[in-house]
Amino acid sequence: MKRLRSATELEGFRQEILAARDPNKPCVTICSGTGCHAYSCERVSQAFTKELKSRGLQGEVDVRRTGCHGYCERGTIVVIFPEEICYLRVQPEDVPEIIATTLIEKKLVDRLLYQDEEGQKIVHEGEIPFYKHQERTVFGSNRFIDPRSIEDYLAVGGYSALAKALCSMQPEEIIGEIKRSGLRGRGGGGFPTGMKWESCRNAPSPAGVRYIICNADEGDPGAYMDRSLLEGNPHSIIEGMIIGACAIESHHGYVYVRHEYPLAVENLGIALEQAREYGLLGEDILGSGFDFDIKISRGGGAFICGESTALMASLEGRIGEPRAKHIHTVINGLHGRPTNLNNVETWANVPLIINHGADWYSQIGTANSKGTKIFSLVGRINNTGLVEVPMGITLREIIFDIGGGIPEGRKFKAVQTGGPSGGCIPESLVDLPVDFDRLVEAGSMMGSGGMIVMDETTCMVDLAKYFVKFLTEESCGKCVPCREGLDRMLDILTDITEGQGKPSDIELLEELGDVIRGTSLCALGSTAPNPVLSTIKYFRDEYEAHVNEKRCPAGVCKALITFSIDEEKCTGCGVCIKSCPQMAISGEKKKLHTIDQEKCIACGLCRDACKFEAVIVS
Amino acid sequence: MDSVREEKVEEVIREYDSSRDSLISILQDVQSEYRYLPESILKLVARKLGLPLIQVYGVATFFKAFSLKPRGKHLLSVCLGTACHVRGAPAVLDEVERKLCIGPGETSEDMQFTLETVNCLGACALGPIMVMDGEYHGQMVPGKVQGTINRCKKSPRGGKK
Repeated sequence: MKRLRSATELEGFRQEILAARDPNKPCVTICSGTGCHAYSCERVSQAFTKELKSRGLQGEVDVRRTGCHGYCERGTIVVIFPEEICYLRVQPEDVPEIIATTLIEKKLVDRLLYQDEEGQKIVHEGEIPFYKHQERTVFGSNRFIDPRSIEDYLAVGGYSALAKALCSMQPEEIIGEIKRSGLRGRGGGGFPTGMKWESCRNAPSPAGVRYIICNADEGDPGAYMDRSLLEGNPHSIIEGMIIGACAIESHHGYVYVRHEYPLAVENLGIALEQAREYGLLGEDILGSGFDFDIKISRGGGAFICGESTALMASLEGRIGEPRAKHIHTVINGLHGRPTNLNNVETWANVPLIINHGADWYSQIGTANSKGTKIFSLVGRINNTGLVEVPMGITLREIIFDIGGGIPEGRKFKAVQTGGPSGGCIPESLVDLPVDFDRLVEAGSMMGSGGMIVMDETTCMVDLAKYFVKFLTEESCGKCVPCREGLDRMLDILTDITEGQGKPSDIELLEELGDVIRGTSLCALGSTAPNPVLSTIKYFRDEYEAHVNEKRCPAGVCKALITFSIDEEKCTGCGVCIKSCPQMAISGEKKKLHTIDQEKCIACGLCRDACKFEAVIVS
Repeated sequence: MDSVREEKVEEVIREYDSSRDSLISILQDVQSEYRYLPESILKLVARKLGLPLIQVYGVATFFKAFSLKPRGKHLLSVCLGTACHVRGAPAVLDEVERKLCIGPGETSEDMQFTLETVNCLGACALGPIMVMDGEYHGQMVPGKVQGTINRCKKSPRGGKK
């Protein structure tokens, strides 16, 4: 391992790596993000190594385990280079056939290719509709890189932005470039990144101590783009952070990452060690005389720690309670020193801007929201996964062109963005262009990029209750309006979903929401009523059906639904009888079965068990 | 407290240079060793770091990652992230509670199972998800719960934490 002492040495080393690599040598890449891990990608990768060895091909084919490719619905994903043949839903049993057919005979395994609606097979990853409509500038490198190999990152041009920033740009120039690019924070607030850096650089500090923090406490349920970046391309975040440190003249950095993301912690740790060994991190980076190092700090599992002041309290070994930001953290942050905190995706954008320039970057996106944004498209959607799109794309394009619409022919009802602080956007606004400002106008927010799609079987009152329950558990308890107000909101919503709602409850929820919004200290409290207020705004009729008619139109709220058996569809097979934990179903073989409503607890097991769709919910 | 345990705790504290800032990391490492944080360990950590016990106790009860009660041999987590929620995770959790006769945060009397809920594991494509001893079980429906628990019972491996 050699220490790189200048930008020239870095470039020379990159050329060495490239020269040693034959672009025409077959390379099997296997997606190894957390999603694919759950699909047993590990066994797929072992099968490739073993099978290649048994055929004596181990030296002729490279096997590379890469970061997340994004198309989590169809994992495990295998892409074979140089042809870029993309196989989906690959199982370990498929591996011998892939090797025999594709690697040896140079033919395709048809059944593993993507098939479109007309039955056409698609060979290349980039031509699959899920990928075709995306613009993967930040996330795109994931599929070429083994996250545990710094050589792979260098081979795709890694650390060249750092060399440029460190060796040929003044700190003010770096900040100027970030400001001109229009980059805004990807963690939720959307604050202009360049301005934040400038304030931090200009803040007075005894002995010049300043801190850089990467916020990887990705707490929004249903959002996992930061995890996939950290797991799949950790060097890009490290590079962004060093450039930021150079711009604001900081020498100490932290990555605060969720403990629920063990693979991200592991891959980041390896990447930091490699960067230090090559002299890209630590003392005298690339011989420039600039020192900067990064420590990893694992979060303790508290949603509130995504808030900057709570995160810093937790970094100091205290409980994660936010404080009032009369003086911002760029002036008085960690240990009372100027601290610049950005989220993972924001940091990952930095090397791109330095490399390609602010003019290039600001061409992508809308007037006030530049660049691309990664969304996690999840819930009731055909193509679950991570999608990176230019700001300004419409919800319709994301949900239907990329996401492939709603499964089982159901009707799209709403999409929830911005996590527990965000709101629901109804079907009527499906042509809304997605950027920071337009989402706020619609009563929601960008948040970190979770996009949870819902269809007609999702009850909006139940969903609001879900978010409020989440927030009551996550409220740190410091401010009364948030701690007590959310509890009361949950009581009211629980009553409504249990058929105990009063006509005045909806107005009471709105009033409570207004108070909590106006009187809480931090962003958790002041945005907490959003899921309730936005669902009341767009789906008031559903609330009214629960309150006035004691009816749940989506058939979700247990106290308001009954299960019964369709006389015509029931074949009397007896499967439902066996499935019922309450022994509430009776009936002779081959005769109509019935459900005893007294015993039924509406668990839905009989509905899942019935193959004839004879169990109906009303 | 036995001396082996005390030594282990001291070793962890040394790794972090007895830094008070690292309280959360220290508690995490100690917990991964003992699977929970007994009172004696909280007191020891407080003493070694020169912190008031209330601060250590405050941190240990504020963050979800910590458990002050012993945990069962097998750790079962049901993801209640939004994506899992809209795909039917509450019904899966109900079924697990019925089968194990315990609620979230509780451990079965025979110390075999601890049930937890998590707010999002970020494997939303597979929702609803249940994790048993670190192994992901995707696309869960209530009907698959019993079988998954049975398979786990047979495995000798305990939970990771």
